[in-house]
Amino acid sequence: MVEMDAETPRHLRDRYAIAGVGETAYVRGSGRTTRAMAGEAVRKAIADAGMSPAEVDGMLSYQSNDSVLSTMVSADLGMRLNFYMDVLGGGSSIEALVGIASGVIEAGLCRSVVIFRSMNGYSEVRIGGSGARPAPITGDALHSAPYGWMSPGQRFAFSFTRHMHDHGTTSEQVAMVRVIHSEHASNNPKAIMKKRVTVNDVLSSRMICTPLHLLDCCLETDNATAILVTSVERARDCRHLPVLVRGVVGRVSKPRLDMHYQHGPITLAAGAYGKDRLWANAGLGPEEVDVTGAYDAFTFTTLMQLEAYGFCKPGEGGEYVSDGTMRLGGRRPNNTSGGQLCEGYTHGINLVIENVRQLRHDADDSCPIGPDGRRVHSYDYREGGCRQVRGAEISMNMGWAGPQTGSAMVLRRG
Amino acid sequence: MSARAEYLGMPLEISPLDVENRDYFGFCARREFRLQKCLECALVRYPPAPSCPWCASSSAEWVPVEGRGAVFSYTAVHHPIQAAFKPHLPYLVLLVELDSQRGAPTPQDALRVVGNLANPDGTLAAPELVAVVGIGTRVRMVFAEVSAEIALPQWTIDAADG
Repeated sequence: MVEMDAETPRHLRDRYAIAGVGETAYVRGSGRTTRAMAGEAVRKAIADAGMSPAEVDGMLSYQSNDSVLSTMVSADLGMRLNFYMDVLGGGSSIEALVGIASGVIEAGLCRSVVIFRSMNGYSEVRIGGSGARPAPITGDALHSAPYGWMSPGQRFAFSFTRHMHDHGTTSEQVAMVRVIHSEHASNNPKAIMKKRVTVNDVLSSRMICTPLHLLDCCLETDNATAILVTSVERARDCRHLPVLVRGVVGRVSKPRLDMHYQHGPITLAAGAYGKDRLWANAGLGPEEVDVTGAYDAFTFTTLMQLEAYGFCKPGEGGEYVSDGTMRLGGRRPNNTSGGQLCEGYTHGINLVIENVRQLRHDADDSCPIGPDGRRVHSYDYREGGCRQVRGAEISMNMGWAGPQTGSAMVLRRG
Repeated sequence: MSARAEYLGMPLEISPLDVENRDYFGFCARREFRLQKCLECALVRYPPAPSCPWCASSSAEWVPVEGRGAVFSYTAVHHPIQAAFKPHLPYLVLLVELDSQRGAPTPQDALRVVGNLANPDGTLAAPELVAVVGIGTRVRMVFAEVSAEIALPQWTIDAADG
């Protein structure tokens, strides 16, 4: 039985906020280091909050041995830190780190925490790549790499193939994730891929590894992103309306992380183990969410997470992602920036940045900027137009490390 | 001393400290498929590990396990990430559910072993063969020879099952 008590304060509900967001351009060929990009993203997130770097005394980052550490970025911005940590990880990291940031501020270790991810995912370290001269395959990897089972697409595909077999999910349905995200990207001047695509475009793009076509896969991108977490009291003095953290689950996992396919159902993502904790902590349920950010490393990852957290029943994801619910103007738009399939792949912070802007009612589309410095949204979602969700109050982000591990976060307009 | 070998041009290496993998691939080199059986709870586990995923006991013995089962899921790889596989496209990566210990300790558990679709001699199967395999296809284990100390378990279509 899930407790859905929205009134009683539970854990740190509504006590911490995202007060600032920042990002560099989404490009393929940044021409600079992860250190230079991280500095820009962090500086922008702090400025967006209306704060100065000297006021921020905590820093977190995540990476895969492919990026700059907090030590260099803080020094570049003249910050003296009371807390910092750099962790390993990709797609399940940002929501979990917001949870950690709230915890360390609550514990009195520091007052504000800026979290960043900086990656030259196109021009330096490409995800899933083995390099020109691969290192010896050793240890646990002896049970995967010698079989050509190595890249994220290859590793996740067993869940996708089985989902189609068990539930009758079709490639046409799954392709709609790309189609819808491309529509959203066409209204995002920052997106790498702004062109709207059709189901046929996806299905006729070359096969990478079944059931994933090229257009089922996200974009290798050079980019840095950052968000600033602070107490709700501090956030109320910042430049924007605070976006409050309602609830977080961080790196919730299925059994057998050593090789999770040993325990089924392999079609169900780890969020199924986290959803009762998340919704209870947030004091609301999927029906109350206005906009979602379901991690789209691949089209199929979006589908599996929406099922796992209860936006539809297990097995019904194919219908959910293709019936128009996720489209701008639909009942619950997903990845309104175009996500990692179209805006750029940056391990998930960009999906949080987008939702923060949605809850501020200030999506950075092509709508004209009014006298108060904020966009005057038309809510006309045709190509090149608006991408603000009307009256967005509650958002949810779902982060994916694999079928076996995920994180999620519910945010509320403050 | 580390066991070093090369498979399809890929360097493989087993550290002398990694006794679980040394033993597992060593049995494979002798054409035996063995897995660790927990001496406390009697469950067999895959992949090799220093303790039991169900009861956490670190006592185990290597027992012979029948290398037969059915394809539980798969992916056909058309775009190679590793240069070693470029001459073998498309190749099939299989998740094979063994007949042994199926549905234990819970109905959701099974020994699900990864490997490629191979010919009976352990070499990677040709694309025509890849096209006829799907979920439910019966397969049996064969071994791809790597060195005196290492062989890789692989899967071939089980003709005996028709």
